[in-house]
Amino acid sequence: MVDNNKFYIKDLNLYYDTLRALKDVNLQIKSNKVTAFIGPSGCGKSTLIRCLNRMNDLIEGVKINGLVAIDNTDIYGDIDVITLRTKVGMVFQKPNPFPMSCYDNIAYGPRCQGVKSKTDIDAIVEKSLKQAALWDEVKDRLNKSALGLSGGQQQRLCIARAIAMEPEVILMDEPTSALDPIATAKIEELIENLKKSYTIVIVTHSMQQAARISDNTAFFLSGEIIESDTTSNIFTNPINKKTEDYITGRFG
Amino acid sequence: MNLTKNNRTDKNRKETFFKYLFLFCAFVAVISVFAITFFVFARGLKPFMPWNDSGYSLIDFLSGVEWRPGSDKFGILYMIIGSLLATIGAITIGVPIGLFTAVFIAELAPKKIANIVRPAVELLAGIPSILYGVFGLGMIVKILTKYSPNAQGQSLLATILVLTIMILPTVITMSETAIRAVPSCYRDGSLALGASKIQTVFKVIIPAAKSGIFAGVVLGIGRAIGETMAVMLVSGNPIAGIPTSLWDRVRPLTTNIALEMGYASGTHQDLLFSTGVVLFIFIMIINLALNKLVHNKIK
Repeated sequence: MVDNNKFYIKDLNLYYDTLRALKDVNLQIKSNKVTAFIGPSGCGKSTLIRCLNRMNDLIEGVKINGLVAIDNTDIYGDIDVITLRTKVGMVFQKPNPFPMSCYDNIAYGPRCQGVKSKTDIDAIVEKSLKQAALWDEVKDRLNKSALGLSGGQQQRLCIARAIAMEPEVILMDEPTSALDPIATAKIEELIENLKKSYTIVIVTHSMQQAARISDNTAFFLSGEIIESDTTSNIFTNPINKKTEDYITGRFG
Repeated sequence: MNLTKNNRTDKNRKETFFKYLFLFCAFVAVISVFAITFFVFARGLKPFMPWNDSGYSLIDFLSGVEWRPGSDKFGILYMIIGSLLATIGAITIGVPIGLFTAVFIAELAPKKIANIVRPAVELLAGIPSILYGVFGLGMIVKILTKYSPNAQGQSLLATILVLTIMILPTVITMSETAIRAVPSCYRDGSLALGASKIQTVFKVIIPAAKSGIFAGVVLGIGRAIGETMAVMLVSGNPIAGIPTSLWDRVRPLTTNIALEMGYASGTHQDLLFSTGVVLFIFIMIINLALNKLVHNKIK
């Protein structure tokens, strides 16, 4: 294991009841880089990303074997899942702000961890929203419902909400697939800035997006990782024929 | 195959027939509610009309604390208070129990256990109210008699306990439906932020489901205030006195009507209808509140 690996995944298999959704997955995810998972629908990218903060635990009938380690700790070993999820934040495909004010959305995570002081929470809210490039747009409506924001703003609010926990990793499961191109561009710009402070893993259906924003790319097909390398190698010099076929648009 | 016009007319006639059949069915409910309202109000307001010689004072009726038809005393204030206290008591105990049961079934219980609890709740809803009364009399009242400072176990407390059990199915079913309707993305979002299951339930799911839960509470209030048979057996039905403790007997508005309507006549009978009017007004307030809640939910 090299030190700049955030996640180390070895021989990971995942079953939904009898369906084998991940097959012998081996992957290293580097710290402070953007890693993109690409591949056609149903190939296991979302399943793998949900292994990284153990969100698959919520689905009944899931069985996992193999190793997923963060900073050399097996996350399926004897660990506290809640602490894991505070370290590994997640942004979902569909923006899902809670039906409460913008302020309360950001304050939610810290409050759940027991932060009570109003001044502390005020500071967290402002800092998180600034980092998510949303502060100027919402600073005058912090106490209004987050559901009144546009889709793109809602998604940046969800990113801010994840940032408020000061995680080490942010997982993004197709974060722009429900957004228009302008909102998408803003999120991509945000990801570019965030990678200085966080390790980012992003699932995307858009190969252009993977090419634009990621440092490393893993290509999935039918539950297997066909190829993983630096994004430039994957896109300009793929080793596997299937990878080449996919990125040149011959299928998927 | 016969494609003549005649055939089509026949079909049209059928369509028209069913359209009017449905319309008629819809009117049965509407006409019934108007007929009942009119009937109850007409009889119930009669004693208070100034032109009625054998009438009764509205103020005495609403502020009196004695109901002695033999000596022309018809006061229902102590019944109103009895009805309200019994309802408030049942809601205070029943809503937390019902809500937590709903949370348990919808969020926390393993499928196997939920599949035992849910049918039990549904069965509870189907038990005829007289059986609740019999149970209340045979069990609750019997136990309370041992501890009561009074001679009998029939009391406000017994009424509250029976009503609590009776409103549980309403509160549980409505709350569970509301909780299940909360989009799972809220649940995922909360858990992904490192919130525990219980934090997720209290901070996200219950607030998101609150209008449905309130609707359940309001329906529960309606059920509690309107319940008659079960209550009659356990409340004690005294002829006078505002209840001042949980051990005091109460005479809810509903049982007042049920107890005496069979033999009353004249002003006495009219004033039983008046009791019904007061009950009706409470129910209408509750329905308005419910409509407002449902309306807010849609908005």
